[in-house]
Amino acid sequence: MSLPEKSCSPSATTVKRTTEKLLRVCLTAALLAALILPALASAQLRIEIVDGVEGAMPIAVAPFAWDSEMPEPATSVSEIISANLHRSGLFDPMDEEQMIERPTRPPEVGFGTWRLLKVDHLVIGRVTDAPDGVGYEIEYHLLDVHTGRIMLSQALPVGPGDLRFGAHRVTDAVYERLIGTPGAFATRIAYVVVTDQDGDDELFELVIADADGHNPQTIVRNTQPILSPSWSPDGRQLAYVSFATGRSHVIVQDLYTGQNRTVSSDRGINGAPAFSPDGRKLAVSLSRGGSPDIWVIDLENDRREQLTQHWTINTEPAWAPESGRIFFTSDRAGRPQIYSMRTDGSDVRRETHEGRYNARPAFGMDDRHLAVVWSDGNNDFRIAIHDRENERLRVLSDGRLDESPSFAPNGSMVLYATRENGRGVLAAVSADGRVRQRLVLSEGDVREPAWSPIIR
Amino acid sequence: MKTALRFTALVMLAAILAACAREVVEEPAPPEPPEPTERAPVETDRVDPRDYTDARNLDNPDSLLSERVIYFEFDRSNVRSEFRPIVEAHAEYLRANPSARVILEGHTDERGSREYNLGLGERRGNAVDELLQAGGVPSRQIEVVSYGEERPVCRDSNEDCWQRNRRTEIVYTAR
Repeated sequence: MSLPEKSCSPSATTVKRTTEKLLRVCLTAALLAALILPALASAQLRIEIVDGVEGAMPIAVAPFAWDSEMPEPATSVSEIISANLHRSGLFDPMDEEQMIERPTRPPEVGFGTWRLLKVDHLVIGRVTDAPDGVGYEIEYHLLDVHTGRIMLSQALPVGPGDLRFGAHRVTDAVYERLIGTPGAFATRIAYVVVTDQDGDDELFELVIADADGHNPQTIVRNTQPILSPSWSPDGRQLAYVSFATGRSHVIVQDLYTGQNRTVSSDRGINGAPAFSPDGRKLAVSLSRGGSPDIWVIDLENDRREQLTQHWTINTEPAWAPESGRIFFTSDRAGRPQIYSMRTDGSDVRRETHEGRYNARPAFGMDDRHLAVVWSDGNNDFRIAIHDRENERLRVLSDGRLDESPSFAPNGSMVLYATRENGRGVLAAVSADGRVRQRLVLSEGDVREPAWSPIIR
Repeated sequence: MKTALRFTALVMLAAILAACAREVVEEPAPPEPPEPTERAPVETDRVDPRDYTDARNLDNPDSLLSERVIYFEFDRSNVRSEFRPIVEAHAEYLRANPSARVILEGHTDERGSREYNLGLGERRGNAVDELLQAGGVPSRQIEVVSYGEERPVCRDSNEDCWQRNRRTEIVYTAR
């Protein structure tokens, strides 16, 4: 798709045109851009299951009744829930055409029929207009087909444009009731897309999308590199590294207001931002013309504190969710390995020993499991989970250039970047290695994924 | 969500209008350096390619000054002996031309993590910086910028390509 910005850039031949005419062209382009804006966002990621679990749970999500004045969307709430459950790899949802009955309220359910269809659980529901007239209400029930019991019932209010997100929240609740851990469907992912432009310049776009790949929106685009997106704990802000000025700098952008501010643009490297668990501080790696060290910037008063002071590379800080210690990559022992320290920089410990290369630490829900980029010294770089309790490293990916691991906020999956036929794609693997997904864009290089926290 | 979208729309609208407004009054900006080279072949006949103080040699393919890329081994940042004469030639030029300025762009291959590679790229820039300073160039003439693995010159995933990407580029911002 051609970008509206482009249509305003005068080529050498158009420069001589009258000001008036150009202005008119530009105004039209701007208006057009405003009209087609949702479509302007980059192409959508398609998520495919590569491996699912043997004996995934059979479940049926019956079509939800649509009792609203508003027109029903093309993709129904029940279809979204069904696709979510399928994508997790842990469920085997029944196709809608195979459903003989389509109950929408508990008394309508003939459990015998569903038992014959060999499903264990049934999700039914209806979408109505919200009682106050703004948005919708999704009323749903999760039923145990074998006992006939209602396991979960809820009426969920959702905003006018948030029906998809409402369906993700329903999936979260169903998943948690059946699996025992919270779902991570009502979340988002950030990633960087790089496309070749006419001529030499590449275009870097920072995109956020729903965790199922839908609703992608470009929040920054530039011909200079963008990397290392990192979510604030409330999911409202994204910190990232931009080279827009020709030098690296760290930006924090509010996703709701669009406001952004440069929080660090010192001499040398300004990189690897990571929000503290309370969202008030940002750990970064700054070189200030020497070598990169870990610093913490207080986002309220801009006060900076240097945590490491070493002539080697110290970067990629990650805050452990339970202890609050800061983990980071350092090659102080010759090769990159993971270290941890207290938030004042004291008590530095080496965390990884297995393999010649361990970098880019990432946490999920606990301090025990640490995702890293790992290599044993040959040319292959893979994603591994280092189990800190039993000091074991488990290699999860099988690519040659895998990088940038990011845990789902419920710890169930690790999202990472890999290469496929010379192109950057994203992949996800469950923490136990059994479920695998590919996330593919129709064009461009995708990289630097970051899974958001659970958005409330 | 809606608000975010609407705001993005506004910001983009503003950006587009701003871009338009700007570009209506301005001639298109000339491309960044490297400088035009048409002049060079005619005049280089009379210049000694080993005179590293002469700006014309920056574009003279017979002169070491026209070479501006230093290559590195995997995960290393020491300047190999075969590249030292290039760095020394530029040191001589920068000493003789105090108003000249260079950016040393450090780059790595695609392997390993991106932020670590930013550090590695900077180390490669710093290695050339140190050599220039050891050659008597004041630090104010030099800036090191690491791009890590973000700006490869070659995009295949093999050693051939990787070794071309592990480099420091000497970029003159003023001659």
